[in-house]
Amino acid sequence: MNTPGRSRQGLDGELAAAYLLGLADDALVYAQRLGEWVSRSPQVEEDMALGNVALDLIGQARRLYTRAGELDGTGRCEDDYAMLRDEREFRNVHLVEQPRGDFGREMVRMLWFATYQHELYTRLAASTDQTLAGIAAKAVKEAAYHVTHAATWVVRLGDGTTESHERAQLALWWVAPYVGELFTDDEISIAAADSGLGTLPSALLAPVRARIGAVLGEATLEPPAAPTWSSSGGRRGVHSEAMGYLLAELQHVARSHPGATW
Amino acid sequence: MSVMTISVVELAVRAIPDPEIPVITLDDLGMIRAVEVDEPGGEIVVRLTPTYSGCPAMEAIAAEIESVARRHGYTARVETVLSPPWSTDWISTRGRMALRNFGIAPPAEVGHPRTTGPVDVGLAVRQVACPRCGSLDTEELAAFGSTACKALRRCRDCREPFDEFKPL
Repeated sequence: MNTPGRSRQGLDGELAAAYLLGLADDALVYAQRLGEWVSRSPQVEEDMALGNVALDLIGQARRLYTRAGELDGTGRCEDDYAMLRDEREFRNVHLVEQPRGDFGREMVRMLWFATYQHELYTRLAASTDQTLAGIAAKAVKEAAYHVTHAATWVVRLGDGTTESHERAQLALWWVAPYVGELFTDDEISIAAADSGLGTLPSALLAPVRARIGAVLGEATLEPPAAPTWSSSGGRRGVHSEAMGYLLAELQHVARSHPGATW
Repeated sequence: MSVMTISVVELAVRAIPDPEIPVITLDDLGMIRAVEVDEPGGEIVVRLTPTYSGCPAMEAIAAEIESVARRHGYTARVETVLSPPWSTDWISTRGRMALRNFGIAPPAEVGHPRTTGPVDVGLAVRQVACPRCGSLDTEELAAFGSTACKALRRCRDCREPFDEFKPL
């Protein structure tokens, strides 16, 4: 099965772990943002839906962190990664750390993220790392539900009232500069793809864009023009202002009471 | 004698009810991949496949397995098996009946929504029978219900709302 510390074609354990941390940090940080909706959604059903989506993402993150700890040889557990790393060590994209906007903005962000995750995990289910393949095979089914949920809302908002249409269109413009990072190759993802452990982010863009385009068509929304700037640096640990506040809230209890159990 | 002991502790573990839906056992949910009993070592190893990635019941289940093992004089080790991933297809016929009797529509054995490839965004045409009156004239109220594994639906005939175990 899996040799700890080294994936099949000799990808360095640290590189393999770094690749997994990018995926895990995206999931954890977005789960934290989605969790903020509980009690603030437009309907109680959405409190539950977004809480459930967040739970799926936390579950994915936990398993990815555990695998990363085996691969990088440090033996760190999921909590070590989630609670005891500093901002510069987090490899998530800027998209997921951005503060919560209105509900339309959240559904547009979720549509992009879930569709990206669905394409990603579809490919990772064939990873040479059996553990990652297992995590992905499960996660792809969950992501399918997330895509459907977000797409249904984007259609309802876009093809809804004048107000909801306008807000959904604004949300598409808002999200545009942030999505490019999900599809940007770097040394780590290239090495991971070469070894068969991972997949190339840039190869996901065309299928994701096609699927979102179909949803926007049904929603009577216009795909935004190419953005004039793009977020960058998340995968290298360079984050936006919002990230520090998010981590402070996420990690506060674990850091104030190190090693506490109950 | 030892053969009897093995089957007793294994059966007890397999009969542990799901903490969220106590009418169904771990065995009927299809979560248990293997139970190995190390008689001389006084230890059992239980291999489990989680239902949903983030299922919060996993820790309660592991704790219950340890407690059941202890009552039978064993220590327990719980190992998670992620591949192949759990599917609602693994729920036994007995488990499906137990769910339906409890008022939860069991997942359809065929006709899953597509989970690979493009995801349909159009109106769902999946038919789910009302667990109370059996009518197929039911509608989805919320795709994400009271737990990660359930959706909320309503029967248009008997007008009762009910949970559906989502096909996965």
